[in-house]
Amino acid sequence: MIDLILTPFLDFAFMRRALLGCIAISIGATPIGVFLMLRRMSLTGDAMAHAILPGAAVGFLVSGLSLGAMTIGGLVAGMAVALLSGVVTRVTALKEDASLAAFYLISLAGGVLIVSLKGSSVDLLHVLFGTVLALNDDALILLCSITTLTWFALALLFRPLVLECADPNFLRSVSRLSAITHFAFLALVVMNLVAGFQALGTLMSVGLMILPAASARFWAQGIGAMIGVAVLVAILSSVVGLLLSYHLSLPSGPSIILVAGGLYAASVILGRQGSLRTRYLPRPHLQS
Amino acid sequence: MPAIVLHDLTLGYDRHPAVHHLDATIPSGSLTAIVGPNGAGKSTLLKGIIGALTPLEGRITLGGARIAYLPQQAEIDRSFPVSVRDLVAMGLWAEIGAIGRVGPAHADRIAVALAAVGLTGFERRSIGALSGGQMQRVLFARLLLQEAQVILLDEPFTAIDAKTAADLMALVQRWHGEGRTVVAVLHDFDTVRAQFPETLLIAREMVAHGPTAQVMTPANLLRARQMSEAFDDAAPVCTPDQRGAA
Repeated sequence: MIDLILTPFLDFAFMRRALLGCIAISIGATPIGVFLMLRRMSLTGDAMAHAILPGAAVGFLVSGLSLGAMTIGGLVAGMAVALLSGVVTRVTALKEDASLAAFYLISLAGGVLIVSLKGSSVDLLHVLFGTVLALNDDALILLCSITTLTWFALALLFRPLVLECADPNFLRSVSRLSAITHFAFLALVVMNLVAGFQALGTLMSVGLMILPAASARFWAQGIGAMIGVAVLVAILSSVVGLLLSYHLSLPSGPSIILVAGGLYAASVILGRQGSLRTRYLPRPHLQS
Repeated sequence: MPAIVLHDLTLGYDRHPAVHHLDATIPSGSLTAIVGPNGAGKSTLLKGIIGALTPLEGRITLGGARIAYLPQQAEIDRSFPVSVRDLVAMGLWAEIGAIGRVGPAHADRIAVALAAVGLTGFERRSIGALSGGQMQRVLFARLLLQEAQVILLDEPFTAIDAKTAADLMALVQRWHGEGRTVVAVLHDFDTVRAQFPETLLIAREMVAHGPTAQVMTPANLLRARQMSEAFDDAAPVCTPDQRGAA
């Protein structure tokens, strides 16, 4: 049993790299996912992931399958969509979901067009679904840097971010940080998706962001505990997913996300609060 | 030195004024009720004062003192997992900011504030698990910690029971006694008449402002009620020479 778990990582450098990359994403992206979920913006992560595609595609068009160029492209495209939709939301009457949908759809169509002009469909699959088993040193350094930066930024922004979600008018009445917080948070979303897309592809990187966060909602009450549980769920999904993909010769990205999906399903059914179990098998109520 | 001065203030949404050419001076240390029918621009006026809305015309001059603002409850996301203690602690924002530590001295003051609103023992409760009246007590505890000289309350006693309303009103009177400026949007005329020395009666435009007994007359209240709630989509642009006509 221990053999089955340890040997793949001990014997193969690419498995160790994949593990490190996934753990970095798990630690960086899941707190962002928790805030997305609590702000009812879970689908925003998905939209942003689509928005990153054209930038990555332009990078790909310029310099082939180079992570550096695709990363810069992805960051630029993601930030542009975040900024434009943020500005449209704050300045015009359109709500956030609609303005984001508009920009990401434009962005996505542009991306697919660009990739199909030059690359083959195999390359498109790389961009869409990632290459977790082929992470090189540069990619790992990038992933770990983004995770570190994310935690520093969250440490600085935690209080205003919580207020921006729970009581935005109060935040606006005591501080000017409201707009800064909002855009910094969107920037963190984009950066973590770009990190995730190195390993899991643009579409599936959202999985490690949202699924563990949604699972944690069923187990933890406070936001700190929720982030802790979410990170653990994400790391567990990464390890189990990588092992499954190794032993059963499955593609690794989808394996990791499906394990996270399994843990989510278990949480929905068995979780400590708000789950199906607490709804249909309630414990006797307490005295008044 | 007045706490708040409104100069020919127009606030609104989508070009339609919700507060129209309002001139008023709220003196420091006064206890003022803002009264008017639904759609009269009462909440809009408070949002303008805290700077959440940019005036369409005119301006607001503030005395420079720290302002605390209690929004209507509906605007707070009660499902967000924050504890009572953490939400109340945010009243210390002016001292701790975004990253300052909540030290032992702060913790004591949080405890005192919670005791003042009768919520000792609720520290670790999630805000989602509170009743409407308890939530309003939590928000008053946060206001207490803000130590603001000017306090704006938007319908502070709506949908809470008589005992809670009386307890919270006692806090408002305490603030008034301490020389703070308090402005509250209210719908309950009895409370206004009994507790508030000054009243600002508006119906999008000024109806009356001054000592409550002189403002809350049947004639003034009738005038306020006659305000049309609907925006006139075909309304012409408001120009200076038409103002007298309105």
